[in-house]
Amino acid sequence: MNAPFFKFDMFSVDFSLVVAFIIGIGFGFALERGGFGNARILASQFYFTDMRVLKVMFSAIVTAMLGVFFFVAFGWLDLSLVYYTDTNLIPQIVGGLILGIGFVIGGYCPGTSCVSAATGRIDGVVYLLGVMAGIFVFGEIFPWISDFYYSTNMGRVFLPDYLGLSYGMVVFLVVLMAVGAFAAAEWGEKKMAAKKSGERK
Amino acid sequence: MTSITGIFSKDDAVQEKVYEPKPYSNPYLVGIGLGLVLLAAFVIMGRGLGASGAFSSLVSAGVQKVAPEHAANNPYFSEYLGDGSVNPLKDWLVFEVLGVFVGGLISGLLAHRVKKTVEKGDRISVRNRLIFAFIGGGLMGFGAKLARGCTSGQALTGGALLNLGSWAFMMMVFAGAYAMAYFMRRQWT
Repeated sequence: MNAPFFKFDMFSVDFSLVVAFIIGIGFGFALERGGFGNARILASQFYFTDMRVLKVMFSAIVTAMLGVFFFVAFGWLDLSLVYYTDTNLIPQIVGGLILGIGFVIGGYCPGTSCVSAATGRIDGVVYLLGVMAGIFVFGEIFPWISDFYYSTNMGRVFLPDYLGLSYGMVVFLVVLMAVGAFAAAEWGEKKMAAKKSGERK
Repeated sequence: MTSITGIFSKDDAVQEKVYEPKPYSNPYLVGIGLGLVLLAAFVIMGRGLGASGAFSSLVSAGVQKVAPEHAANNPYFSEYLGDGSVNPLKDWLVFEVLGVFVGGLISGLLAHRVKKTVEKGDRISVRNRLIFAFIGGGLMGFGAKLARGCTSGQALTGGALLNLGSWAFMMMVFAGAYAMAYFMRRQWT
């Protein structure tokens, strides 16, 4: 098997758009199943009452990460042909903070707001308008912030290389961390539920 | 008589037939499903998922429509517009996000969860909730551009590919959200 298929010219650019649409359907379907079309479910992550965001995100990351790891190990997938962005550490840290703040204020992230809007949530539609406004503002002031935007460029940084560990070891550590996070999430939810029922009494 | 579903309560007696929304699925199973979709994107396309990028294309195309010269002179928008030989909306992420809308709608319809409503806590008015939704969306759009992607393009995609910047980003998203959660509690709890 030679993957990624697209990089080995197994189909045209036009057909890749069909693939995009189908993959998007799977993505949207999964998000809605998880309850991510609902801002209250998403926000409850940050009040420790329902840790679905963490559970879905980390089990998705672990699943895809393990898949990639084994496909690479079997020689089926050429990881150097799989695109990911360069690391620009400081802009990404600042961007992440702004995004996190926006998440709890707005109740969605861009992907989940699409599902929210598609299932009739007015707040999801308004949120999406906000996203576009934010992108517009970013684009308009880009000439003034471009130095910062391009700062601390480290190129394409693969975590195992950065940490000086083997690929397998980092995969193992991430799995371990995820399992720990799941255990903590289950424990936290029970704790919060007990506290809530205590308040009612 | 009141049942769990409320179908038999007096107030709702007028409604002839009520399809109760089904409960959301097991988060771990959903995560595995989502992970397989992501893996499929890696294997088939050599790239991951995304969301905010599609809206960058949309905004850039909009600016071009209104003020073509301004868009061409702006280094950020012009990157999304390309050399003009291809429509900027004929883009992988744009089609993927169209799929997200459709997939979300299909899942919602199957589970009777499609409903025209505003999601919010009890202690905030609809108007204020919508103002916050707009502000939060604005911050999100801005932050995602700075970070070179949002929860899908960075946290999920880069997370699974062990990209250093994505992991730093992901930790900061949780940090930012938890730091802000206390101040936003009236909206949600």
